Amino acid sequence: MSLDASDIEKIAHLARLEIALESIARYAADLSNILDLVAQMDAVDTTGVEPMAHPLHMSQRLRPDRVSERNQRELFQAIAPLTEDGLYLVPKVID
Amino acid sequence: MQWETVIGLEIHTQLATQSKIFSGASIAFGASPNTQACAIDLGLPGVLPVLNAEAVRLAVRFGKAIGAEVAPRSVFARKNYFYPDLPKGYQISQYELPIVGEGRVEIVLGDGAVKSIGVTRAHLEEDAGKSLHEENLAGGGYTGIDLNRAGTPLLEIVSEPDMRTPQEAVAYARKIHQLVRWIGISDGNMQEGSFRVDANVSVRPLGQTRFGTRTEIKNLNSFRFIERAIQFEVERQIDVIEGGGTIVQETRLYDPERDETRPMRSKEEANDYRYFPDPDLLPVEIDVAFIVDAVADLPELPDSMRERFHTQYGLGEYDASLLTAGRELAQYFEAVVQATAEPKLAANWVNGELAAALNRSEIEIARSPVSAAMLAGLIHRIQDGTVSGKLAKQVFEAMWSGEGDADSVIQARGLRQITDSGELEAMIAAIVAANPGQVEQYRAGKDKVFGFFVGQVMKESKGKANPQQVNEILMRVLASD
Amino acid sequence: MQNKSIAQMAAELRLRTYSSVELTRHYLERIARLDPRLNSFISVASESALTAAERADRAIAAGDAGPLAGIPIAHKDIFCTAGIKTSCGSRMLDNFVAPYDATVVERLAAAGAVVLGKTNMDEFAMGSSNETSYYGPVHNPWDADRVPGGSSGGSAAAVAARLCAAATGTDTGGSIRQPAALCGITGIKPTYGRCSRWGMIAFASSLDQAGVLARSAADAACLLDEMAGFDPRDSTSADVAVPDYVDALDHDIAGLRIGLPKEYFGEGLDPRVAASVQDAIKEYERLGATVKEISLPNSPLSVPVYYVVAPAECSSNLARFDGVRYGHRCENPKDLEDLYKRSRAEGFGDEVQRRIMIGTYVLSAGYYDAYYLKAQKIRHLIADDFARAFEEVDVIMGPTAPTTAFPLGAKTDDPVAMYLNDIYTIATNLAGLPGMSIPVEPVDGLPVGLQIIGNSFQEARLLNVAHRFQHVTHWHQGAPSGFE
Repeated sequence: MSLDASDIEKIAHLARLEIALESIARYAADLSNILDLVAQMDAVDTTGVEPMAHPLHMSQRLRPDRVSERNQRELFQAIAPLTEDGLYLVPKVID
Repeated sequence: MQWETVIGLEIHTQLATQSKIFSGASIAFGASPNTQACAIDLGLPGVLPVLNAEAVRLAVRFGKAIGAEVAPRSVFARKNYFYPDLPKGYQISQYELPIVGEGRVEIVLGDGAVKSIGVTRAHLEEDAGKSLHEENLAGGGYTGIDLNRAGTPLLEIVSEPDMRTPQEAVAYARKIHQLVRWIGISDGNMQEGSFRVDANVSVRPLGQTRFGTRTEIKNLNSFRFIERAIQFEVERQIDVIEGGGTIVQETRLYDPERDETRPMRSKEEANDYRYFPDPDLLPVEIDVAFIVDAVADLPELPDSMRERFHTQYGLGEYDASLLTAGRELAQYFEAVVQATAEPKLAANWVNGELAAALNRSEIEIARSPVSAAMLAGLIHRIQDGTVSGKLAKQVFEAMWSGEGDADSVIQARGLRQITDSGELEAMIAAIVAANPGQVEQYRAGKDKVFGFFVGQVMKESKGKANPQQVNEILMRVLASD
Repeated sequence: MQNKSIAQMAAELRLRTYSSVELTRHYLERIARLDPRLNSFISVASESALTAAERADRAIAAGDAGPLAGIPIAHKDIFCTAGIKTSCGSRMLDNFVAPYDATVVERLAAAGAVVLGKTNMDEFAMGSSNETSYYGPVHNPWDADRVPGGSSGGSAAAVAARLCAAATGTDTGGSIRQPAALCGITGIKPTYGRCSRWGMIAFASSLDQAGVLARSAADAACLLDEMAGFDPRDSTSADVAVPDYVDALDHDIAGLRIGLPKEYFGEGLDPRVAASVQDAIKEYERLGATVKEISLPNSPLSVPVYYVVAPAECSSNLARFDGVRYGHRCENPKDLEDLYKRSRAEGFGDEVQRRIMIGTYVLSAGYYDAYYLKAQKIRHLIADDFARAFEEVDVIMGPTAPTTAFPLGAKTDDPVAMYLNDIYTIATNLAGLPGMSIPVEPVDGLPVGLQIIGNSFQEARLLNVAHRFQHVTHWHQGAPSGFE
């Protein structure tokens, strides 16, 4: 499997990563190599095998419906890059 | 060309829990920004979700209420996309294995026809936060993010594309709205965003089986907007196709001020959500005991109640559907019926005077100043002839404005029917004597004049004469010489 | 002082032979003097460590001290610590101070442990050499020109260099065991779900597990006793009773059935490492164990499977680092997309970006079945291999890593070569099983690790098996020169 520059651009956009033009070729080569490694999987017949999403064979525990958290806005926003009036700020978004 | 509209709805209803679906933060409405967003809701590094039992219980109730299978095993998946109101960069939702499978609900159309609408599935998910596009934040050019709503439990209810008109879509939306409130899983408050509708709309030439390309109109938050938005969108799509164009599959927003839909800027690019099972959560396994417990106090459901009103009380489908539009209303009606054994009269009053008064005052049945017992009291007085139907409306108005129960109003306003035959005989004799010309005409065969005499009696009695008695006496007096 | 076992230190602290403040100052002094050669710490928390030490001394005096009261340890910088920066080895979190403690941190603090600081690591735990850290590589105390392994390389180097009594680590594909092997110390990755992941910054949620890096199995048992256990804040935390690991250390291991997977002794394994591992297994035979060859036929596929599963999960786990609520934010973003793309590209290093991209790709429309689903199916086959093996043997042994520590920079340009370092460790993460690495006879003065894999929740047996070996050998006592 080999990825080209346009694949890298598409993936980088989906992942919201700015990739410098001069790095695209290197990423394409690295990712293609990794996919070649991954391609070893193709040799295995997995017909009828259940996918295993998780190593724990348990079911989801349920939490009682209780309000246990209090307002910690000051603490949380002390580490935020930009806030005003209790809001996190981002460059203007148009719906 | 004749066109057929195809509509499917995705309804997001907020579940009536105390805390969020994956955290212990409150979901109370109206708090100051970000004061109800805890570390989990903010997606801080290292935090983990734990599922709220009540959200699961409420979803199970819904599943059972639409006759759907509740999945013994359902799985949470991550829907990955970047948006500032989505703190983790993914929404925890359900994808391949939702908690509620296929079910059905019935809608009753204006002509009384009943139509069955398929529900494809319903799944649990977390809500996103809110973007506030206020001017002047930090001097302008910024959007503010409030994550209080992030993590609020939602049940997304997805319908089959079974609706063919905007009116059917509204009837279905109302039906789901009625149901979620009826079974107590949501307050359904549309102003607060607890009940939001996305409509998938397409058109196709009548007779064609293949669906046309659909568009999705997002976040409709009133029944009126659902109807208007779909109506606009249908006309737009037909115009495009008839003008030689093609419909682009896209997400659109409805602008109520301009009464039109337009493409959503933020959804312009095709999304690739990269769903996969959330490794922070394990499969949700629901056993019979959990289901039994969740539905133990489930009330009689609206469709079954509507059918019962139809068969047991002999009401028309449409009347019955109006009476079961809400659980409190239906309970009110049944209380009146139980006290009076007059289902038809009760239905007429509840769907008539009472509904009109509630509508006028914009209040819910629970806050009606005329209680079921009061309305039953009034119906008793109609039954026993104390008041005429016409005067009863006056009595109702007086009860509505707080003048007491039917008996006190009748007493205070002197609205009791004149049923004393002696008094009526005398009154009628006087009227007959005073109108010899009309007596002549009547006796000459002009039956219509009878009405004149009734009118005169009613005028003289200020409407209080018992109409049946008036008829009998008049007939007798006019017939005799 | 720094060569004493934790049990010995705890006893001497209680006897008031020395105070925790003295012990803590001793370690802080060693860090100040020796760590410039290693770069094993990202943050040193002298002030809060001394405060904690004073508190421990008071608790000891009052007679209500916890089991680890006054013992100076370090945390991998992946565990959130309220009040001390938690960087995860990344520029993205260079300014991040968590508003809460990880459960593991909380539990060790409750037991009285003193936190000296936070150790260096591969960025977001993605790496096998500690060279992807934003804070620069860590040097192996046995040879400063070589890597310490990764991703818990800072913890491994700090423990080997006696800069702390023990340290926490995390292991997603070998990140405790491989650096333990390369630095000549003892490392244990418990069963998935044994230690809470709350407050531990996620790399790959279905694989990540917290564990211990220590100088001996006995020391590791002391820490794990406190760290392990159910946590209602983690849905994937196992509600399984925790045995007393220290109590189990001395159990007799006569009759122990050891399985040697033939796939772990094939091509790619340095023959000198193989010989050293085989010698250790002979020692076990002398201790009464029986040995048989087994097969884990799908284990060679664990690297390809891992490089689908781990990047897929990481691409999603790391989406929260967007410059909005915390962490690095680029200067003057011109719009929202620019804010996201530049903050993330500036905040993440190359390896992290590579893995995010691989993960994004394998989950994307049209590729999900061929990559992600296929990998999940083979993951099942790999887990089944282990289940079959544990029907006939009690523990599985083999090398931890194919070679001894390699020179810094040797594999940085070849991601795939780097990934193959974890060829023997990854399968246990995929299956969720516990694994250990203990030092055996070095090769050319460089440490070699013996890997011991157990069945689910068999940590007590692993520690017992490791401890019995350490009872009769001295490999775990060797200190790198200059750090004795």
